[in-house]
Amino acid sequence: MKRAKWRALLMVPLFLFLGGCVERTAVLNPQGPVARTQYDLIMWSIGFMLLIIVVVFTLFAVFLIRYREKPENADYEPPDEEGNTLLEIVWTAIPILIVAALAVPTVKATFALEKPPTEKVKPITIHVTAANWKWIFSYPEENIETVNYVHIPAGVPVKFKLTSVGPMNSFWVPELGGQKYAMDGMETELILQADKPGSYMGRSANFSGEKFAHMEFEVVAQTGADFRKWVKEVKQTAPKLDEKTYTQILKPGLVGRMTFSNTHLEWIDHAKQNSHHENGHSKGREHQRDDGMSEGHHHGE
Amino acid sequence: MGEAAHRYDETMPLEYRTQESRLNILGFWIFLGAEVALFATLFATYLVLFQRTGSGPTAGELFEVKDVLIETLLLLTSSFTCGLAIFEMRRGRMSGLIAWLLVTLLLGAGFITFELREFIHYVHEGATMQTSAFLSSFFVLVGTHGAHVSLGIAWMILIIIQLLQRGLTAKTARKVFIVSLYWHFLDVVWIFIFTLVYLLGMVI
Amino acid sequence: MKWSEFFVTGEPLIYAADVAIVLTMIGIVFVLTYFKKWKWLWDEWLTTVDHKKIGVMYIICAVLMLFRGGVDALLMRAQLTAPNMKFLDAQHYNEIFTTHGTIMILFMAMPFIIGLMNIVVPLQIGARDVAFPYLNALSFWLFFFGALLFNISFVIGGSPDAGWTAYFPLAGNEFSHGVGNNYYAVALQISGIGTLMTGINFLVTILKMRAPGMTLMRMPMFTWTILITCVLIIFAFPVLTVALALMTFDRVFGTQFFTMANGGMSMLWANLFWIWGHPEVYIVILPSFGIFSEVVSTFAQKRLFGYKAMVGSIVGIAFLSFIVWVHHFFTMGAGPAVNSAFSITTMAIAIPTGVKVFNWLFTIRKGKIRFTTAMLWSLAFIPNFVIGGVTGVMLAMAAADYQYHNSYFLIAHFHYVLIAGTVFACFAGLHYWYPKMFGHILNERLGKWTFWLFMIGFNVCFFPMYFLGLMGMTRRMYTYSDGLGWTPLNVVATVGAVLMGIGFIVLCYNIYYSARYGERDMTGDPWNGRTLEWATASPPVHYNFPVTPVVEDIDAYWVMKKKYGGFHVKEEDLKPIHMPSNSGRPFWMSVAFFVAGFGLVFKWFALAIAGALFIVLGLILRSFEDDDGYYIPVDEIKRMERAARKGA
Repeated sequence: MKRAKWRALLMVPLFLFLGGCVERTAVLNPQGPVARTQYDLIMWSIGFMLLIIVVVFTLFAVFLIRYREKPENADYEPPDEEGNTLLEIVWTAIPILIVAALAVPTVKATFALEKPPTEKVKPITIHVTAANWKWIFSYPEENIETVNYVHIPAGVPVKFKLTSVGPMNSFWVPELGGQKYAMDGMETELILQADKPGSYMGRSANFSGEKFAHMEFEVVAQTGADFRKWVKEVKQTAPKLDEKTYTQILKPGLVGRMTFSNTHLEWIDHAKQNSHHENGHSKGREHQRDDGMSEGHHHGE
Repeated sequence: MGEAAHRYDETMPLEYRTQESRLNILGFWIFLGAEVALFATLFATYLVLFQRTGSGPTAGELFEVKDVLIETLLLLTSSFTCGLAIFEMRRGRMSGLIAWLLVTLLLGAGFITFELREFIHYVHEGATMQTSAFLSSFFVLVGTHGAHVSLGIAWMILIIIQLLQRGLTAKTARKVFIVSLYWHFLDVVWIFIFTLVYLLGMVI
Repeated sequence: MKWSEFFVTGEPLIYAADVAIVLTMIGIVFVLTYFKKWKWLWDEWLTTVDHKKIGVMYIICAVLMLFRGGVDALLMRAQLTAPNMKFLDAQHYNEIFTTHGTIMILFMAMPFIIGLMNIVVPLQIGARDVAFPYLNALSFWLFFFGALLFNISFVIGGSPDAGWTAYFPLAGNEFSHGVGNNYYAVALQISGIGTLMTGINFLVTILKMRAPGMTLMRMPMFTWTILITCVLIIFAFPVLTVALALMTFDRVFGTQFFTMANGGMSMLWANLFWIWGHPEVYIVILPSFGIFSEVVSTFAQKRLFGYKAMVGSIVGIAFLSFIVWVHHFFTMGAGPAVNSAFSITTMAIAIPTGVKVFNWLFTIRKGKIRFTTAMLWSLAFIPNFVIGGVTGVMLAMAAADYQYHNSYFLIAHFHYVLIAGTVFACFAGLHYWYPKMFGHILNERLGKWTFWLFMIGFNVCFFPMYFLGLMGMTRRMYTYSDGLGWTPLNVVATVGAVLMGIGFIVLCYNIYYSARYGERDMTGDPWNGRTLEWATASPPVHYNFPVTPVVEDIDAYWVMKKKYGGFHVKEEDLKPIHMPSNSGRPFWMSVAFFVAGFGLVFKWFALAIAGALFIVLGLILRSFEDDDGYYIPVDEIKRMERAARKGA
């Protein structure tokens, strides 16, 4: 029938064209075990989805072509059928099976992603603080801090401890794995790992106000030796971060890359602000109020 | 609405006799279903926030047991007298109906007075809606209930005036019945407030 | 607030809009005065309690809002066509995507669906009006003035800019200083109250006012979906009411629900929003399923396949819709057990939905398909919605969702379900029931042009977005840098959006063209329909049915035509008909809501209190009102029936 053909004709060049446009980047280019787990899950589900699409589209096209009104069937009166219990059971059962086939690996992966992909290597911890509109990375063990870029050793699981000073952001490095929110007064944990040295793009995936689109950062994965060398270099050459500079950094706006030879965790951990029963812990809150980070955007510019 | 709208059914209680009344009463029950969802959300909010006291007082430090007990007593009694009003209406006794409605009204007004006193007391202690998430959710939950009761009082006054003007008809009977449903509902909500807010707050 | 901040300034686009608004208003006033139509407007429309007229007004508003939301969409697409575009600045873009989302869901999809249900449901169940006609008028005017309040934020005070989800703390006082998000909280509240009352009204109507013989399991599928939708509204909208009230308290009165200090909890907002928000998408999708069921059955000329399974699956979907909300924020770190549970409940929705898709397909099978415009929209729904549905299942898989979340993959998914579901259904329903609303048929040739332009444009616009998402493009970015490889697909998407826009223009032209030259429907049953609305004249006389029809089976009118050759009314069976009186109070009470809301938005409390007092006054007057409607005498009915049926 006309419609079905039209659709087919339309879809072919569309797919070809899209195929030409799609570069294998980001989600389609997994560069670590976490991203690969997710990529495999995605591909597994796409297989089933294509199957469903093929079945539905085929039935759809066949029925449209066969049962259209045409001069030859002017006398045909469609049967008055109520339904067909057997068929209905079949098309209830098959989706249940498909959902089960998807649910099992989903649950497995969802649990697996909360743990480091390998137990052979000791993970490193990096605190990530999202602020309007920059990313601050603190290395508590190495005692260094970077802004808008982060170095990690390849082959080592990295526990990113996420928090925010202000609007909710989402920490996403698609080539290394899926995201998690960074929220004020909260700490969430995202574990990622890079297979090999390289540079990976990260960004905020949750809208956080005016300059949100510019909240990008670079993840530089290095060999263990290079990473240690970089840490040592930072400790030797980078300036110290003090509270005044830190308050400046938190002010809404964009900043370039920065590097410091200590961390802001010395005087404030935003993840521990505003939690339960915080009487007596109000020192940090005063900081929060004074730092001027709440001067958001204004309207009608 | 068809001819049925005014079909009169003598076998039913007065408030159910017209089709319109039956529709109104069912509609009001459904509205109460929506109110349940509304209060459930407020309760959920309160339970999530009630330990998040910030730098303000906790529930245990704040609540005034005596006032709350008096409020509870007043409102529960008013629900009973409201039931008596409906009982009198079913017997067709206008004077009893109005008398019990007036008693209900006064008890409700007493409840509101004590609740306001309680709130003013808290505010004097420096515990306002703006102090902490706990207090925001407390004042909004209990205040929403209080606003409902106040509205119920105003509504009941209007209906008493109509009873005096028009006597006990199928229409006024329906209005009395619906406002009584509303009143009993507020009583039920208060029982939850009393348990989940005050008792829980004083225990934890 | 300074007066210089009262009006939005500094943007040529805004000034152009200001001029357009003033000119339009002058134009409307002039036309109404010149043609002496003020009285007509007041008597026939502003004070009406007739469900059909209220439905028409809903749909007119919905089409206007589709225009507004569509312009927002085109502006966004223009800005994203190429990297580093300077067409819109960040703030302006943020406002536009916020209003686009809010308007399309709450002021376009909802009123379109509610408009259709207003027109169709009483007719389908053989009733003369809804259970509470006065309340119905109030619902409409609350929606209308809520929408108006939301829309004036565009020129007065500034639009909301925190996304249609208005996540805290971004939408709180700490980061949004203007009145924009006050508008969001208050305007949605006002129209939300109207929606809640609609839910109650139609639930009672459907439960209590069906024609004799129409048991629940003989109800038309559209009526069934509305019944379930009403239940969803009744349990979901109070949650929105509370969420918005808390937002208003936080923003206007300085409470600490969602703030960053003093114990406030921003995650609570996300939970409340989506406990309402997920049922909300089913509130707009279930009636769409109902519309498709009616249209597919009518134009396949065959009864709906698996009626009982269809009913069961809508009940199942409605139930599940309340226990899936966490899938909107799998990435919040709730833990693998919670995420897994919500993953599974979400995927489970695919099961009843799959059942429905196959039942529609098998309704077509062995049918005799007529490709009218309404049928084209309904048929196109199936493959397009399946694409949206299967990608929805992919999103439901928590571990994979970490990679899709907030990306253009998500954008593509929900546009595939909401456009191919709800918007296609609105267009199908519009074409299908247009003769019932206005007495003439929308031109089929133009209708097909709209269909092909819009349907192709839709695919060209949104299909590439799946890939943009996988390539790392996140939603709500006002621009992107060069060299990411996103440009070609964005260009394609913009082309598609333009095609959709052209399709919409053709639709508007069709409405004008058909009003002037369209084929008049003299039979009342232009499509050889199956349900009771086609037993009335087109448009129906205001009391709908001269005598109440008696229902013998599913597809009541189809059965009547087979058995008796139609719905015949004997003049001796006529009895006086009781009808409700018009009232101007719903209109002015809603104006009072608008005034009170405006005062609240700007924290002008005197104005807010004045508005509130008028609302209270309206309630008191209503309580004392002793108007039981009026009766239409038999002679009058005879005269009107002859006039309405003279073509048949």
